Amino acid sequence: MAYTKPRNRVGIEHDRVTDVSSTDFPGYYPGEDHSWSIEKFKNHFKVHIEYLNELNSEFDLIGVDPSIANAFRRIMISEIPTLAIEYVYIENNTSIIQDEVLAHRLGLIPLKANPDYMHWFKKDDPEFEPTDYDTLVLHLSAKCTVNPNAPEGTTDPKMLYNNAHVYARDIVYEPQGHQTEWYPDGVTAANPDILIAKLRPGQEIDLSMHCILGIGQDHAKFSPVATASYRLLPTIDIIGEPITGELASKFKSCFPKGVVAINSKGEAVVKDARKDTVSREVLRHPEFEGRVKLGRQRDHFIYCVESTGAIPPDQIFLKSVQLLKKKCEILRKFNLSA
Amino acid sequence: MAEKDSGRHPDSSFNDLLQPVYQGKGLTDPIKTAEDKWLLLPAFLKVKGLVKQHLDSFNYFVNVDIKKIVKANERVVSDVDPEFYLKYLDIRVGMPQRREQNSLNTNIHPQECRLRDLTYAAPVFVDVEYTRGKKIVIRKGLEIGRMPIMLRSARCVLTGKDEKEMANLMECPLDPGGYFIVNGTEKVILVQEQLSKNRIIVEADEKKGIFQASVTSSTHERKSKTYILTKHSKIYLKHNSISEDIPIVLALKACGIPSDFEILQLVAGADSRYQEAFSINMEECAKLNIFTQQQALEYIGSKVKTSRRPMSPRLTPLQEGLEALANTVIAHITVNDLDFREKAIYMAIMTRRVLMAMVNPQLVDDRDYVGNKRLELAGQLLSLLFEDLFKKFNSDFKTSIDKVLKKPNRTSEFDALMNITIHSNNITTGMNRAISTGNWSLKRFKMERAGVTHVLSRLSYISALGMMTRISSQFEKTRKVSGPRSLQPSQFGMLCPSDTPEGEACGLVKNLALMTHITTDDEEEPIKKLAYVLGVEDISTITGHELHSPGAYGIFLNGTLLGIARAPMKFVTRFRNLRRKGRVSAFISFNINHHHKAVHIATDGGRICRPLIIVEKMKSLVLPKHIEALKEGRMAFDDFLKKGIVEYLDVNEENDCNIAIYEHQINNSTTHLEIEPFTVLGAVAGLIPYPHHNQSPRNTYQCAMGKQAIGAIAYNQLQRIDTLLYLMVYPQQPMVKTRTIELIQYDKLPAGQNATVAVMSYSGYDIEDALVLNKASIDRGFGRCQVLRKNTTTLKRYSNQTHDRLDGIKKDQNGDPIFKHSILENDGLPGVGEQVSSGMTYVNKQVPTNASDSMLGAPGGPIESYEDYKDSPVVYKNPEPSYIDKVLITASESEQPLVKVLLRQTRRPELGDKFSSRHGQKGVCGIIVQQEDMPFSDSGVCPDIIMNPHGFPSRMTVGKMIELVSGKAGVLDGSLQYGTAFGGSKIEDMSKILIEKGYSYSGKDMLTSGISGECLQAYIFFGPIYYQKLKHMVLDKMHARARGPRAVLTRQPTEGRSRDGGLRLGEMERDCLIAYGASQLLLERLMLSSDAFEVDVCSVCGLMGYNGWCTTCKSAKNVYKLTIPYAAKLLFQELLSMNVAPRLKLDDAF
Repeated sequence: MAYTKPRNRVGIEHDRVTDVSSTDFPGYYPGEDHSWSIEKFKNHFKVHIEYLNELNSEFDLIGVDPSIANAFRRIMISEIPTLAIEYVYIENNTSIIQDEVLAHRLGLIPLKANPDYMHWFKKDDPEFEPTDYDTLVLHLSAKCTVNPNAPEGTTDPKMLYNNAHVYARDIVYEPQGHQTEWYPDGVTAANPDILIAKLRPGQEIDLSMHCILGIGQDHAKFSPVATASYRLLPTIDIIGEPITGELASKFKSCFPKGVVAINSKGEAVVKDARKDTVSREVLRHPEFEGRVKLGRQRDHFIYCVESTGAIPPDQIFLKSVQLLKKKCEILRKFNLSA
Repeated sequence: MAEKDSGRHPDSSFNDLLQPVYQGKGLTDPIKTAEDKWLLLPAFLKVKGLVKQHLDSFNYFVNVDIKKIVKANERVVSDVDPEFYLKYLDIRVGMPQRREQNSLNTNIHPQECRLRDLTYAAPVFVDVEYTRGKKIVIRKGLEIGRMPIMLRSARCVLTGKDEKEMANLMECPLDPGGYFIVNGTEKVILVQEQLSKNRIIVEADEKKGIFQASVTSSTHERKSKTYILTKHSKIYLKHNSISEDIPIVLALKACGIPSDFEILQLVAGADSRYQEAFSINMEECAKLNIFTQQQALEYIGSKVKTSRRPMSPRLTPLQEGLEALANTVIAHITVNDLDFREKAIYMAIMTRRVLMAMVNPQLVDDRDYVGNKRLELAGQLLSLLFEDLFKKFNSDFKTSIDKVLKKPNRTSEFDALMNITIHSNNITTGMNRAISTGNWSLKRFKMERAGVTHVLSRLSYISALGMMTRISSQFEKTRKVSGPRSLQPSQFGMLCPSDTPEGEACGLVKNLALMTHITTDDEEEPIKKLAYVLGVEDISTITGHELHSPGAYGIFLNGTLLGIARAPMKFVTRFRNLRRKGRVSAFISFNINHHHKAVHIATDGGRICRPLIIVEKMKSLVLPKHIEALKEGRMAFDDFLKKGIVEYLDVNEENDCNIAIYEHQINNSTTHLEIEPFTVLGAVAGLIPYPHHNQSPRNTYQCAMGKQAIGAIAYNQLQRIDTLLYLMVYPQQPMVKTRTIELIQYDKLPAGQNATVAVMSYSGYDIEDALVLNKASIDRGFGRCQVLRKNTTTLKRYSNQTHDRLDGIKKDQNGDPIFKHSILENDGLPGVGEQVSSGMTYVNKQVPTNASDSMLGAPGGPIESYEDYKDSPVVYKNPEPSYIDKVLITASESEQPLVKVLLRQTRRPELGDKFSSRHGQKGVCGIIVQQEDMPFSDSGVCPDIIMNPHGFPSRMTVGKMIELVSGKAGVLDGSLQYGTAFGGSKIEDMSKILIEKGYSYSGKDMLTSGISGECLQAYIFFGPIYYQKLKHMVLDKMHARARGPRAVLTRQPTEGRSRDGGLRLGEMERDCLIAYGASQLLLERLMLSSDAFEVDVCSVCGLMGYNGWCTTCKSAKNVYKLTIPYAAKLLFQELLSMNVAPRLKLDDAF
């Protein structure tokens, strides 16, 4: 039985990837109707959530074009506004970390603060004065002193000195104006254990910071995701005779755990192709030549969104959908068909 | 099959290979190995350190050599008073001390010297005995000068300090030391390579048919070179102080061997070939009618170039001849009581070597052979300098006491010591000047050598380390000879094969390999005695016949014939056993030369040697139990030496040995085993992972680039105030390390970051090695670096009691500081942390208007009023702003106030910044791409750098690919992998890890385009590679100008970025415009935009006038205005000033 590759498959050969572009557009297949309609899309489109927690999520989008899937990914990385420290006013810094480096480190700390309440801070306008609508004020001051109660003979600086390490949890939020309503729980770093600086007795850091809205395109610190990416669902097709016996266990070992199982007949069967990492190991072995076909489903996207902690991952994705929608509406205003 | 093969190979050596036992080894013998014998290396480096050659040499000078020098010049006597004498009893170098005697704490440490521009020096004390009146007085601890001290040497305060004590002294524990600090700058005396002294070198000029044996004699008093050479197949003695070449037989006769037969025997022995070749020389001498020693000496005396001092009496030719022969010819053989026999034999041996080369032209020496080279180190150079200065010091002292002693009646008793301290400054300044300028001028050798010292490069830790292992050659750089530049097989294991600069110094500047040691001088006398005990027949009892009798081998100690031995092999073996037992120094070498029938014993300093494991009875003497003991700390490297299981071999002795590289290669002729093969590379080449997979020049390129990489410099880097310092903000240790990296502790002071690299083409901005950088990576701190620049201001004092001062802030009408002074504080110095931008003053210095005349006589006296000073501020000119990092106010040695301001810039990578991997693959940043546009892998990883794959095929840097695979495996596995030369993590194992973790064995991943969202059609080689940021940054180089300054003389635009110069349209560009015929463009570029000038030319006389008036014709009638380049006008006028009248002939153009 000859193997025919389904149309929505990306082919995985040992040395190259084939059929990467989608073909389901009008006119590609003679005599077939591939025109786009909302009904067809509704029928085909599926969302499946694999898991979702505070920081991570994995979910599937099935039945969309790569261009749409990629748009969501790109927007998540670079266009969703978040709050980050932008201006650092240093009163005193006698630590060994230089002012610029310290400011850079502070900027990269993800903040747990809902950006929705905030307005844009107009950076380009020199006359623009910060208000409670667009600026959060944070403060950090730490002074290192010798710990008189340090246990005898210890060499651990954390024991020997007070405030030897300055962490993100030491940042203090100072609510301005209406901000007490919007942030009743205050604003904190998403991860309190981020090390900002190390101090030694006599050294001191005293500074205040202004956080404003920004997008990842401008600086990576404004990106709400640690990473947002997708992969296509892998497929494994055993073709021809079933693989049995010793070959079967070798076949099994060519894939990550749980991808291939051996059934009661001693045949290798694909149990869960989703778990495959597409290492193409099976294609290296001549005994499997012509007996297996690897591929990926072109319209099945497995998203993985890792949040930095500022916004929950599901919110990030929904925001990206909203943003894309907004962009489309802007485009529609121009009446492009005319 | 075997029969067939053996039939095809009649060569019996091949048959041996097929025997069950070959060279004492069976094919099935089990291989026993002491694993981890590389552990000997850290043990070696622990004892010796990386710069041990410098330290050993300096310590030897300070402890031993300086005493010998004083011993040799111990008495100073007066020409006037025969009663007077001064005798040096002892000399000592103390510990470094502050010069300000009244300070509370006289101890000084190196960091203070660096910051305050002081010299890190220690006083030199002597004990003297001298006559005062009729009494003999002994004075101890008299200071005669100050000697700069090498850091980490025996006299340095840092020796024996642990990490914490070092930190208290603000010193980096990883700093190798081995350099000096003179006037605040760190100076290194580079190792100098030169031909061995006092050894015979035989060379041939095949074209001219000349053979010559030469010897460079070097003693404390003089250096001279003596040749014995052939001219029309006759042999002559040649020396610079003798105007004519002396026939060799005549020279030998002058040395007291009058009998022709004896001469023949000494030179040629019983060999008829040599006798035949030599006999012609007898005739030469006979023709000159010289038969006795006296005649010969008179003949030589008449040819000597005399350069007598005017005072000394004239000598007869006989005396001249005697003196020349005794003191200048082959000067290192001393003549006692006019016994010339030793010298005669030396000459005879040289002659014989020439004869041998004449008979068999292959018997010449190789100048480039490392065994014929000696390395001169800081200690030896300083000892030459010190001896010169000490002699000068004594003669100055002598003239000054003579002056006093000449006076018949003195009011008080004369104490010579009053005069000695006056000159102590000469030694101090002489030493300081030599080290700080690098000019070594020695009066007694008439030696003038420039560029001996260099400023220690602190660009990166590696560049400083690389400088300490550098060897510079005395060979001229301009000459186009390949011999001295090419890699010598004898360099194996001694000098790094990769680390040499490109270009004119290629192959002339070398670097030491990791496990080398350079010897210091050892005593000759005990070795001589031991040799006699071991059966050497003394030379004075030996005739020429015996010397050349079959089976007799000459025993040479440092090139001088000691005697003969009839069983040379046994002699050498016994001597070597004594060395292994520790009865003689470990660094004495023995080697047999069968061609010359000679055994050479070397005790001299400057030989390169390295440790090897001894193999006896086909077994390595280093056993697993020894390594076990080493691991547990029960044995140190020196114990291996003492036990006689490891020994040092120099290049000459290596020739007598059969060294196995791996333990399984040991056969019955093996004498030694290599400790680790990667020690053939030096410290800098040791950074390269998998260098044995790279094309050789790539490793050389990396050696040059590793020194330009920005990283961490030292633990005290933020305490230092250097003229220019590059630091990386977030340096990382490499994912793929080497053993060398751990040994030199590069992992603690790294210079680079592990970048995730995708090898693919992207965007078209990546051609010609350009790199694509990820903007998000840069935002997060990739490649971020700091540039720290120093400005020093001295507040000078002038002779008229005035001095420079710092002024406060000028304020505008609102009471705010003016813009120029906005970052100044009340003391006229900038606030730390302030941003300085172009045009701002950061040290508000003022100088007195009158610094020469005395102010005392002026009305009102020396009151400082505001008019007495004019502003001389230090203004910041760079368009890119900096921050004030540090301000240091201190005083230099001359107690002048010193202000040092350190300016800091933090830079993120930008377009055009230069990066390089560790495989000689440099590239500039061609484009910076948003993260969302970058391709990404299944796990969501997107690259920091995209590198174009065209960088690989022609460069053949396979090591880089393996680094990527190993690095990727390490990342996934959570381990650091090794890329050590000739070893390291195996690619098979790395692939296995990759497969285990669900990646392709090849390191190629399936990537998705960030732009289209579709899969890429090719698998992309994807993983971490260690990237270095190099110091070449666009910010320091970018330059453009439209209008700007012009040179005063020519009125043409100035040259160079620093002067805001124009961009030159050069000759070749000009040629293009001419060829194209763009004459108007040419006119514009070369004149109108450059130095157009309007002149008035008189069409009658053709000379230039002015204001429409011709001064020559006294008329305004025929004067025309003309535009010419100012340079042309200048030329005409300069010609006029030389009495050449260039006349312009004017004509209508159309």
